[in-house]
Amino acid sequence: MKIFLKNPLAMSGFIIILLVLVVALIAPVIAPYDPNFIDINSILYPPSLNHLMGTDGLGRDVFSRMLYGARISLLVGFVAVGIATFIGVILGSIAGFYRGWVDSIIMRFVDIMLSIPTFFLILAVIAFLTPSIWNIMIVIGLTSWMGVTRLVRAEFFSLRQREYVLASETMGSNHFSIIIKHLLPNSLTPIIVSSVLGIASAVLVESGLSFLGLGVQAPTASWGNILTDGKEYIQFAWWLSLFPGLAILITVLGYNLLGEGLRDVLDPKNKN
Amino acid sequence: MTAYLIKRILWMIPMLIGISLISFFIMHLAPGDVTSNESSFNPRASEESRQKLRELYNLDKPVIIQYGLWLKRIIELDFGNSFASHQKPVLWERKDKSGNITKGLIQESLPITLMINLLGIFIIFTISICLGTLSAVRQNTWVDRSITLFVFIAFAIPGFWLALLLMYWTGVSNQWLPISGLHSPGFENLSSFGQFIDLLKHLVLPVSISSLSGLAGISLYVRNGMLDILHQDFITTARSKGLQENKIVFIHALKNAILPLITIIGLSIPGLIGGSVIAESIFAIPGMGKLFYDSVLMRDFPVIMGILTIGSVLTLIGNLLADIGYAWADPRVRKGLVK
Repeated sequence: MKIFLKNPLAMSGFIIILLVLVVALIAPVIAPYDPNFIDINSILYPPSLNHLMGTDGLGRDVFSRMLYGARISLLVGFVAVGIATFIGVILGSIAGFYRGWVDSIIMRFVDIMLSIPTFFLILAVIAFLTPSIWNIMIVIGLTSWMGVTRLVRAEFFSLRQREYVLASETMGSNHFSIIIKHLLPNSLTPIIVSSVLGIASAVLVESGLSFLGLGVQAPTASWGNILTDGKEYIQFAWWLSLFPGLAILITVLGYNLLGEGLRDVLDPKNKN
Repeated sequence: MTAYLIKRILWMIPMLIGISLISFFIMHLAPGDVTSNESSFNPRASEESRQKLRELYNLDKPVIIQYGLWLKRIIELDFGNSFASHQKPVLWERKDKSGNITKGLIQESLPITLMINLLGIFIIFTISICLGTLSAVRQNTWVDRSITLFVFIAFAIPGFWLALLLMYWTGVSNQWLPISGLHSPGFENLSSFGQFIDLLKHLVLPVSISSLSGLAGISLYVRNGMLDILHQDFITTARSKGLQENKIVFIHALKNAILPLITIIGLSIPGLIGGSVIAESIFAIPGMGKLFYDSVLMRDFPVIMGILTIGSVLTLIGNLLADIGYAWADPRVRKGLVK
């Protein structure tokens, strides 16, 4: 814990993420307006005390929309990475524990998935389904589990030969309990680090998809689609383009700093 | 080396089969079948084009046969014709009875995407090697820290946002650079040097945007690799021999740190190809990424399936070239001392 507090990377990332988290949670309380309320009398107002980040082309309050957008980006990040980590841990555990042909099949599957350009894969799936926030979370999750699988497998490979694991196996513990009790807890560090970094990528992918109009659909506010709406007005309403981009930048930076910081902090080599 | 090559090439066959399976699975994700009303297939599509789609993918036959026919298509590289773009062939040109040639959509757009990505890879590697080496040599100084912060920010910047801002700043307010397409009007009348400069100007923004996010990973990789190598015995030996520090860093250490990057090029291809969707759609560049995006919007399924498959095949070829390049460049691998 002490090293965590002393690590500037981890701490700055942690503070950023905590802030985004709090903002997203209390969005309904602090949002001054209904994010979808259209007010044709206040179209494209520049930032002021009434509208902290101005209003958009439909007179909606950008600040309120940004607050609700934070919820979307958090939700997508956590759910997508949750799905990816779940699949990755299960497949990685099976491959790393049983080895042999099971391992070969799973790893070849990983290789194949890695050779399909991810963004193409995501877009193709969305073309066949319909874009919605749930589909997007699921699709991002289903296309980003390969890294975790490789990590967990590699950890298991090295842990599998440790004496305490062999001892537990000799004493007749079943495989499931060896994996849950001994192997997984000792592989947590890389899993956590890669999940945090994964959230950063998921947030970027979601905002990119929403920007292209294939992500979160109007009128629900997402940072990506606020930016798309603002694109039309970039010449005379800079606030519509500036704030959502900055929000994405800061959030993604936060997750990356936290992830890299955690990697340093949790690395046993760095103790003391 | 020959045995390695043959093994490596044969290895692509199961990979291709896997890719065909996954793309087949995606095609069948749509509720009902891809042509039914419940699916997202463009509701304005005529009964005729629905029928064509059914024929193209043999949707009336049993699943196993459908897959077999799909695999056959991939092997023959026949992806049918586009629905949206006047029945143009998806992949390669076609001659009709009167001898007119219709170019394939991928045939026209792929070279553009390849050019942008190869330029991008070149820029990413040049800058990353410089930044990474500098960071490692000045470890834990303000130089190291600012480079690290810079690459973190470069990774976190959403490309489409920066593209928008740069477009506005360099193209609209100041008119320094063209902001869409690949050629200015009147391109045909320019001298070949003028054409080259014109093309270059059009490429500055899209190539910079698509390279930016790749900087972080690779420069951190170079930095850590360099730090590792600078602490190895042969470097200490070189130092104790009294070699100049510059020579040690740039000749002895850098050579070893760069070698593994060849494999990284291969691994970064799918990300770059996929990333071209955003850069190309924003700057209206008629490459494969924009073609893919347009096809998704229009639910032009033959083109979507074609690009998905060709994109994966490109990745496989890229990985193959990278592995061969690595084997060729590393004397330990070349002489069969390690696997």
